Amino acid sequence: MAKKMLEVRQLTTKYITRQREDVYSVDHVSLDIEEGKSLGIAGESGCGKSTLALSLMGYYFPPLHYTSGDIIIDGKNISGLDPDVVRKTVLGSEIAYIPQAAMNALNPTRKIGRFIEDVIRAHELPMDKKQIREMAEQRFALLGLPVDVLDKYSVELSGGMRQRVVIAVSTILNPKVLIADEPSSALDVSSQKMVIKMMKDMMAQGLVKSMIFITHELPLLYNVTDDIMVMYAGQIVERGSAKEMVFDPIHPYSRGLMNSILVPEEGTRDVKLTAIPGTPPNLKHPPSGCRFAERCRYATAACRFNPAAIIDFDIGRQYRCNMSVEKLREVYESEERNS
Amino acid sequence: MKNETHNQTDTRESVTFGTDRNKDFSKEPLCLSGKDVTRIFQNGKTVTTAVDHVSFEFHKGELVSIVGESGSGKTTLSKMLLGLLEPTSGQIFYRGEPRDISTGAKKRRYWEGIQAIFQDPFSSFNVFHKIDDVLLDCINMRGMRNLSKDEKFAMMSDACSFVNLKFAELTNKYPFELSGGQMQRLMIARIFLLKPEILLADEPTSMIDACSRATILDMLLNLRNETGMTVIFITHDIGLAYYISDSIYIMEHGKFVEKGRAEEVILQPKASYTKRLISDVPKIHEPWDLSTVG
Repeated sequence: MAKKMLEVRQLTTKYITRQREDVYSVDHVSLDIEEGKSLGIAGESGCGKSTLALSLMGYYFPPLHYTSGDIIIDGKNISGLDPDVVRKTVLGSEIAYIPQAAMNALNPTRKIGRFIEDVIRAHELPMDKKQIREMAEQRFALLGLPVDVLDKYSVELSGGMRQRVVIAVSTILNPKVLIADEPSSALDVSSQKMVIKMMKDMMAQGLVKSMIFITHELPLLYNVTDDIMVMYAGQIVERGSAKEMVFDPIHPYSRGLMNSILVPEEGTRDVKLTAIPGTPPNLKHPPSGCRFAERCRYATAACRFNPAAIIDFDIGRQYRCNMSVEKLREVYESEERNS
Repeated sequence: MKNETHNQTDTRESVTFGTDRNKDFSKEPLCLSGKDVTRIFQNGKTVTTAVDHVSFEFHKGELVSIVGESGSGKTTLSKMLLGLLEPTSGQIFYRGEPRDISTGAKKRRYWEGIQAIFQDPFSSFNVFHKIDDVLLDCINMRGMRNLSKDEKFAMMSDACSFVNLKFAELTNKYPFELSGGQMQRLMIARIFLLKPEILLADEPTSMIDACSRATILDMLLNLRNETGMTVIFITHDIGLAYYISDSIYIMEHGKFVEKGRAEEVILQPKASYTKRLISDVPKIHEPWDLSTVG
């Protein structure tokens, strides 16, 4: 069995609003990723995907607060560490994070090479300028990025190149886990492809040992990651391999998501999109029963009172529903027959 | 005058196109067309030809997509279609006749027939106006100021239920209290009330997550099916374009490199640019070839 790179046990984090209300946007999340594997996280806006990404770094700043649970990176528990320690010993070297608008994060008054120096300095590594430069040049060449980019300012680069530079800079210390939050959503399709190719190459070369990829674009997840996890209202509702999740989703919510896939392939035009009605619950006052019951077509009266637990039902597959897998499959089959 | 516009809208309402996804629109009358439309931007010595001699024919009730990557000129073209920019050369035809928007009054008359939905729903609404006022304005704009309060209320509830919103829950709220998807739906409710001849939707779903996106697309389709409106859908996502449109125009560097019925353009692309665009999109049933990155 491959080594576990990231193991998260019952992680709970909350936002404290100005009205002093607690909003648990990551609620008892457990997940693990093995070496060389990638995990995709899908879900609607506001379901807690980005908060989970922030929480996984172990570096919290208000209004986000750590509540309970463990984050274990390659056998080392980083939860509850002092923020300063996390910044120096965890961020960048153990876990790297690429936020949503990463390409706008580059300071326009500094050359790209300077950002790499910053990373090395922040980690207090014993390297001089020349060594850093050599390392940067090697890494850029390895990733297929032109080396002269190091002497350019961010404004001289295109969006796709800026995004690739950010990824290259943030992974310069070979992190064990790379968290990418919508790394390609602001790019057009050809730049997106380049970014994805670079990330896949980094995985293949072992520069990054494992990856978490967050996006709501399901065709992209299907093509990039090994596993897909669907989140709803701060909780995991289903997990499985990419193929299983796209072709055989069990949870009514994932099924709704998979039904909204649009790709330029034969047959897409004839598909009737079945959107999920309603909006996600307000997490200030989460429903006492199953969180999806309000919007679920198959919900019974009991669903509104009984919270659903997450259950392993197959190898590597989990779901969170009050109905049994067999029952759900039966319902879906009879629906398909009738349509 | 007011009565006239009212009658006109009523005849328009009766036109329905049903749900035939393979209807041939080329026999329908022309709604908006253009010949050699060009727009050049000049800044000192740099001359940029944003839109370069494009010709197009949008028929009544057709759902047309204009697909292109960033910088292909699709936004410049949409501004010209809306009458916010004048073409440097070439001519745009409205209902088969040259479009004249030289004076303010003529412009306003043109805008009665064309409406737009933009990319960013958060900046599409006046933050000081309540949702009731937004919708009420649409009714007044259609020259139905004299209707009774109940009739106006019924129209507004109707429009909201068309986009799956509950009007009773929206009264006395401001647009910023809604989510992005809800705002964009409210925008469609506006269009439903205004019933323009043409709707220009400029990337209406790019800021919305995949799940609400399906809802918005279906609503645009329903809107077309029920009112016979011409919808011009501008997007960079070829998958969306394929699902929603009757015909597709592919734009590269200010030119149309390919145009035709959606089925033909997507399933049998001829231009190499179209082929590349399709191959760059991740798919479900076909493998995504990452080796062709250029």
